[in-house]
Amino acid sequence: MTTQQIQAPFPGVFYRQASPDDPVYVKEGQQVNPGDVIGLIEVMKQFVELKAEAAGTLKSFTAENESVLEAGDVIATLEVSE
Amino acid sequence: MSIEVIKPGLASSIQDKGRQGYYHLGIPPSGGMDQRSLVAANLLLGNPEGSAVIECALMGPELRFTDTHKVAACGAEMLPRVDGEPQPLNEVFEVPAGAALSFDFVKAGARLYLAIEGGIDVPERLGSRSTYALGSLGGLQGRTLQPGDTLGVLPAHGLATTGRRLPENLVPAFYKRYELRVIPGLYAHRLEPDSAERFYHEDWTVASEADRIGYRMKGGTKLDFIKREPPFGAGDDPSNIVDACYPIGSIQVPSGSEPIILHRDAVSGGGYAMIGTVISADMDTVGQIQPHQKVRFVQVTLEQAMDARARYQHVLEQLRNMP
Repeated sequence: MTTQQIQAPFPGVFYRQASPDDPVYVKEGQQVNPGDVIGLIEVMKQFVELKAEAAGTLKSFTAENESVLEAGDVIATLEVSE
Repeated sequence: MSIEVIKPGLASSIQDKGRQGYYHLGIPPSGGMDQRSLVAANLLLGNPEGSAVIECALMGPELRFTDTHKVAACGAEMLPRVDGEPQPLNEVFEVPAGAALSFDFVKAGARLYLAIEGGIDVPERLGSRSTYALGSLGGLQGRTLQPGDTLGVLPAHGLATTGRRLPENLVPAFYKRYELRVIPGLYAHRLEPDSAERFYHEDWTVASEADRIGYRMKGGTKLDFIKREPPFGAGDDPSNIVDACYPIGSIQVPSGSEPIILHRDAVSGGGYAMIGTVISADMDTVGQIQPHQKVRFVQVTLEQAMDARARYQHVLEQLRNMP
């Protein structure tokens, strides 16, 4: 098993769900595929989807919902499937 | 002679020195928010200093070069890579035909200026190649770059030299908090005296909405405007005025809660009182502040502002004369 850290590609506010009433995109321990949306980052009046780049299990989130991120901050750890 | 956009980044757009002389008709100047870095990237390559470049906000694009071009990247610290190999900032390097140019995460600053030898070839609109996205004017089809776009490049002049580097004293420094110099007015008298004072003594945090139109600030104490009978034509809120022209750099505070510094894509007028104007010498700095970084406003006199402008002009002069 290799793990991959998913980093913020730019600074902004991180959201785990599309809106406060929606369920989270991904729960910890959940299986993800490349292209699956993990969360949103809001900046400059845009909401940009953060997508998984590999298949695997999303082990844990380091960034909390609605937290302020700098570019390169670790958002989550993915356990990549072999 | 073309460059293909694989990934556009967040809000990458074609910019030059801007479109002067139409603000009274509602068309803002646009142009690179950090003019100094835009000019530096062009001058490194031997381009005319106002050639069109790509302004990359907060995240760089990924570009495929169909031909070999010399390029220079100045401004925000995002390490350029050619087919994965790191390249220097603030220095001319070559991107070979077929290679991909990409950028690392931004480490400091907010906007990188990527100049290509010859300059980006988009049609001039009202005397400028700058993009004004809100008005769908200029740049590439009046908008930010999208995947699959193709950018033309004007013929190379052969003056660019790989390895030519910005002198160390002309490389800008970026921080996590900034001081912005402000001349109070034109409507500062509409503030309650304690609010007018407090505005300059609190930290303000750049909101995530900050963009080319304006930089919105949060986190300071709400400012109180003096209560009055609204004059004919003004809105009811005490922060309203009879519509007036908005200078670039002016600070308006709708309802007194969140100050907004207007920048190069701003609307040209409206009904909010402006409590001051960021001096022209500090407007490049505004364009390099990331959302969530801190700002302190510092009151200066017109003489100090003119002195700062002269020093800013001197830096541009040094760039024009660099070895």
